[in-house]
Amino acid sequence: MNGMENNVAAPVADTAPALLEVRSLRVEFPTRRGTLVAVDDVSFSLRAGEILGVVGESGAGKSMTGTAIIGLLEPPGRIAGGEILLEGRRIDNLDYERMRRIRGKEIGAIFQDPLTSLNPLYTVGRQLVETIRTHLTMTEAQARRHALDMLKEVGIPAAEERIDHYPHQFSGGMRQRVVIALALCAGPKLVIADEPTTALDVSIQAQIITLLKRLCRDHGTAVMLVTHDMGVIAEAADRVAVMYAGRLVEIGPAQAVIRDAHHPYTRGLMGSIPTIGRDVERLEQIDGSMPRLDAIPPGCAFNPRCRQRFGRCEREKPSLIGQGDRAVACWLHEQGEGAS
Amino acid sequence: MSEDLNRERDGEAFVLRVEGLTRYFDVSPPWLNRVIERTGKRIVRAVDGVDFAIRKGETFSLVGESGCGKSTVARLISGLYEPSAGAMHFGRRGDSGEKLRVQMIFQDPYASLNPRWRVADIVAEPIRVYNLCPDAASRRRRVGELLEQVGLSASDGEKFPHEFSGGQRQRISIARALAGEPDFLVCDEPTSALDVSVQAQILNLMKDLQREYGLTYLFISHDLAVVYHISTTVGVMYLGRLVEWAEKKTLFSDPRHPYTRMLLAAIPDLGMSGKPRTPVAGEVPSPINPPPGCAFHPRCPFAEERCRREVPQMRSVGGRYVSCHGVEEGRIPDEDALVPMNGERQ
Repeated sequence: MNGMENNVAAPVADTAPALLEVRSLRVEFPTRRGTLVAVDDVSFSLRAGEILGVVGESGAGKSMTGTAIIGLLEPPGRIAGGEILLEGRRIDNLDYERMRRIRGKEIGAIFQDPLTSLNPLYTVGRQLVETIRTHLTMTEAQARRHALDMLKEVGIPAAEERIDHYPHQFSGGMRQRVVIALALCAGPKLVIADEPTTALDVSIQAQIITLLKRLCRDHGTAVMLVTHDMGVIAEAADRVAVMYAGRLVEIGPAQAVIRDAHHPYTRGLMGSIPTIGRDVERLEQIDGSMPRLDAIPPGCAFNPRCRQRFGRCEREKPSLIGQGDRAVACWLHEQGEGAS
Repeated sequence: MSEDLNRERDGEAFVLRVEGLTRYFDVSPPWLNRVIERTGKRIVRAVDGVDFAIRKGETFSLVGESGCGKSTVARLISGLYEPSAGAMHFGRRGDSGEKLRVQMIFQDPYASLNPRWRVADIVAEPIRVYNLCPDAASRRRRVGELLEQVGLSASDGEKFPHEFSGGQRQRISIARALAGEPDFLVCDEPTSALDVSVQAQILNLMKDLQREYGLTYLFISHDLAVVYHISTTVGVMYLGRLVEWAEKKTLFSDPRHPYTRMLLAAIPDLGMSGKPRTPVAGEVPSPINPPPGCAFHPRCPFAEERCRREVPQMRSVGGRYVSCHGVEEGRIPDEDALVPMNGERQ
């Protein structure tokens, strides 16, 4: 691959410097009825080659965090605080033109609906060539060869022929493969994948997840995988971050969080997911629903739905407190009670 | 086939028996275009000869990928479409010989409630249609009861649908369905539009109501884990045909049809952390031009000449119904041997 290293499945060392660092990110939407806080004090980091899953229910702010990182927040939404650093450089305060050069080249994006991320009027080859030539110095012919390589790599059959087809001539699964090729063609270090499999059928979902995982291992690309599907996280992610009402409530290695969640919300979420082979009469139920952005309760945002709440939860906002590679924002763990 | 069904599940009260249920849709271009372009009619075989039977009090689920015809089956059964061929035999209400009451819950809780009606009027509609309450006062009382039963409050009846969240709207849909005092509920992806924590609430509610009223459900979903949780019996559809159906445990622990096996191997599961798995190769072909013979043969690792030529018939094999030549001839190896299908098709 041109300009891409082949660090195959190199285990990520804990000492590796952070590729992406998000510090106290705050995203606000000023409205007539007051300011809505969509992302509130979110901090995490992502190492090179690592897949970080970000889960949460709709409105938890997971997509908004991804959108803020690639600098595509729709006005009036804006970053109201915090910093986003890519390889130590701040990217949250760049102007439009400089951010445009980073997008695609250093940060790729994959969105939920493959049809809307492709231009229906251009062949997929032309879209790939355009992206490649915007970010890499290549002649038309070189870029086309590179585009063809990418299409083959994402598993498009008869790529020589398909490269001149239009997006509508592809099926949903194949289109998502094209979008992945487009996101990876300039060799980005980080890919933000926002619900990349949600619009696809289960059997196709599995193909896409396997593909995404393999490509990122092969190219050493880090992925921020935003999804509401814990199954996808279990399958693909190295670490998982759980969001609730705009805040990060828990972060840690994916398998550890799934097996032994610390935050009551994460625990409830896991219990509410039906699993094949687990016979229960009733699923664990978190009563109520996530608060709307204009009615986030004071203190811990989860406290009205939490069975283990106590006085402090209603008054003070807990922040992420780390224990080794795991961190949880919950007063229960501050006191060391529920900690394992 | 139908005799088979009758014999094997004899003596049990059926809510519904479906034989050769078929629905074609004509998606041809207009007549003039067909003449000029010299093209024929284009027919989508959405449902193509489906047989199954649903016992009283059970939850029968249909699973499959999009375009497999599962929602069309739901709409045929609830009478929203007329079948092109085949028969549906409904049971009777209790011993009275009265007609069975069927209600439906739809996927999209935003589109299935009239935004201009108050919730109380929405829930009261089946009561008015069936004339279940003699006067307005008792009707109002009944609506209040129904809303409380699904976890809302009686005063919510004064509100409009837009004042509720997705999960609450789905509760309103359930209250409306219950208002008709149904025996049989057709649920077309009732939780697919909901978040997992809300999905759990709705699934729990549906199970509680089933226990309380002895309801029978036809449950349509693409989510195998949800289907495992809620079902008694599960049918797997592929391109308009039912390929396998059996008791839940039988189907999930020992699937026989190669498609069922692929589908089960493909689902991302919490328990699967880090394990490699077998993605289903290829994609579902178009139902306009389904492959001849067994519709699954282009993706099937065990396809032979006969599969390409002849449509397999549904047969009873070891406590389940399977339509597969391979299973019939005993040439589908046991589960573990399905490994050759690894990786994506490159």
